[in-house]
Amino acid sequence: MNRGIAYYIIGRFLQSVLVLWIIVTLLFLLFRLAPGDPIANYIDVNFTREQELNLRARFGLDKPLHEQYVVYLVNLAKLDLGETFSYAGRSVLDILAEDLPNTIYLTMSSLLLAYSVGVLGGIAMAALRGSLIERVGTTFTLMTRAAPQFWVGMLLLTLFAFQWRLLPSSGIGPALVRYRWETEWDKLLSPVFWRHMILPTFTLAIYLHGLPLLLMRSNMLEVLDQDFIVMGRLTGYSESRLMIQHAARNALLPVLTALTLGIGYSIGGNVVIENVFSWPGLGRTLVEAVQESDYPLAQGAFFFIAFIIVFLNFIADILYSLLDPRVGASAQARLS
Amino acid sequence: MQQEALVKEGMRGKTAAQFKQGSPFSQLWETNREVFQRDKLALFGLIIFAFFALVAILAPQIAPNDPFTPLKNADGDWISNTLPYWLAEPGEDEAEGFTNTFVLGTTNIGRDIFSQLIYGARSALLVGFSAAIAVAIIGTVVGLLAGFYGGWVDVVLMRAADVAFGIPFIPFIIVISAFFDPSIWNVVLAMSVLLWRDSSRVIRSQVLVIKEQAFVSAAKVSGASGLRIIFLHIAPSILPLSFLYGTLAIGWAILTEASVSFLGFSDPETISWGFMLQDAFNSLALSRRAFYWIVPPGICIMLTVMAGFFIGRGYEEVLFPRLRRT
Repeated sequence: MNRGIAYYIIGRFLQSVLVLWIIVTLLFLLFRLAPGDPIANYIDVNFTREQELNLRARFGLDKPLHEQYVVYLVNLAKLDLGETFSYAGRSVLDILAEDLPNTIYLTMSSLLLAYSVGVLGGIAMAALRGSLIERVGTTFTLMTRAAPQFWVGMLLLTLFAFQWRLLPSSGIGPALVRYRWETEWDKLLSPVFWRHMILPTFTLAIYLHGLPLLLMRSNMLEVLDQDFIVMGRLTGYSESRLMIQHAARNALLPVLTALTLGIGYSIGGNVVIENVFSWPGLGRTLVEAVQESDYPLAQGAFFFIAFIIVFLNFIADILYSLLDPRVGASAQARLS
Repeated sequence: MQQEALVKEGMRGKTAAQFKQGSPFSQLWETNREVFQRDKLALFGLIIFAFFALVAILAPQIAPNDPFTPLKNADGDWISNTLPYWLAEPGEDEAEGFTNTFVLGTTNIGRDIFSQLIYGARSALLVGFSAAIAVAIIGTVVGLLAGFYGGWVDVVLMRAADVAFGIPFIPFIIVISAFFDPSIWNVVLAMSVLLWRDSSRVIRSQVLVIKEQAFVSAAKVSGASGLRIIFLHIAPSILPLSFLYGTLAIGWAILTEASVSFLGFSDPETISWGFMLQDAFNSLALSRRAFYWIVPPGICIMLTVMAGFFIGRGYEEVLFPRLRRT
């Protein structure tokens, strides 16, 4: 690794920290300056004035705004996200730490499925270009990108859970055993958990497979036009060997970067699907927190999701600069 | 779609968009003509929009019933969860004291689903087009200023775009909904605040190319002010790009509005397709396998979103010939 790339990574890292700081500040302003009292919902009519003041003092709401901001930043840096309003005072971090793995399992399994199907499908579509199968296939893919994800989820639910009764309709396990698994490991080894994951995973994958497929297809077509492919063909390599070993390898790079970015955006975009399938993840918690006016939890969930996205954008850029040195060099020129 | 824009941006950076010669409006006209003549799918998209626009305008004339009023039978009870007339047992309706003329049946509180579907076109097009206009205008202005002035203006605006890229879109709208009264305008607001990030970057890089051209230097030498050069001389050449991002935003806005309504953050006084699906979901239409209720709103969303995609793709192929399909 040369010095140019090292500088680029450091610059890009500082930039991510800056972006995150601005997001956090905006979040603070949004939650503190918005109309309405943040704890209005939690002040009972029977509260005495003293009790109310105590409650305010406990949440630090009696201090001036700039002091609140400093406390907020310090607490964030210590990953202290405060207490929830609605979960009997459990800490926000506690709730989110419980949700995060579920969101990650769902995101990763759907991305894995979507990108395997997408990459192979893209190769197939490029190989079959001009044929009827290709036209039908790409049209279908375009349609999946226009269909609302939650609607696809509803259709799959109706068919597989209610019409044919093959798969469970919601949650991650039979009702009331949400906390039955002692450890994450137990959960991951449980077939019940995987059965519950099938429908949401497929719903997400149906939407997500479009990007890698279309990207792979157009990259393949571009690579297939190049001289070394013609050369290979003249040398007498078989068409399938040319496709897989020569063209696909070169077409894969942009798809991999898209995948890194895709993880971040899927975690943000899973919100709707988690709600369709009552999947206990970050997105579902965010929606519930907003509905219940549980501001600390809503704020924490939003911060978590934003953090993951900024972090993965950073990783994607770094990966790209390592894999394609031209990017790092030009970006470095821009930074200096 | 966000990812798509991101990835494509990288590819586009290498190729400048191709523009027509002539006055700004003849340029725009020529581009439009080429898009819809070359690309039958883009034309199809335009026809879909025209169809739904007509439905939206004529909604009160076409809809057989009011979309909000629960319909009642002879005894004054709600005609709830009625099957469409083409699925229902003949004679059942008379026994219940009403005539079943419902194309898509009724909801669980006796509202006419078909009429709701027709009125839903109104909010879809309203959200789609206002978000598109807002995104196109903001993205264009930011891109123009950043590209033309460079320096700290550029740095500030492009770092702001980085921030916008770090904010998760749907969660952001949900948080916004916590503080404002539920309304379809929340979606438009959130989209205007965030989605200029894609268009502004591309337009900025295009401005960087255009500002080196002779006609800009000529305007500078003759003493034109910066703003005059930007909006009178440079802006017309990038209008087709603004159009492209506008059309892409239409579909994105309709999809987003549907998702947000589905999550229950929409105005219950406005009928939208997303609201209909939420209503169906909460009324257990899924376990009753009421496909006549679940399928049509989704198809309508899909058609309008695809119309936006088709037109956007048509634009892309004219503006960026390198992307043309082989």
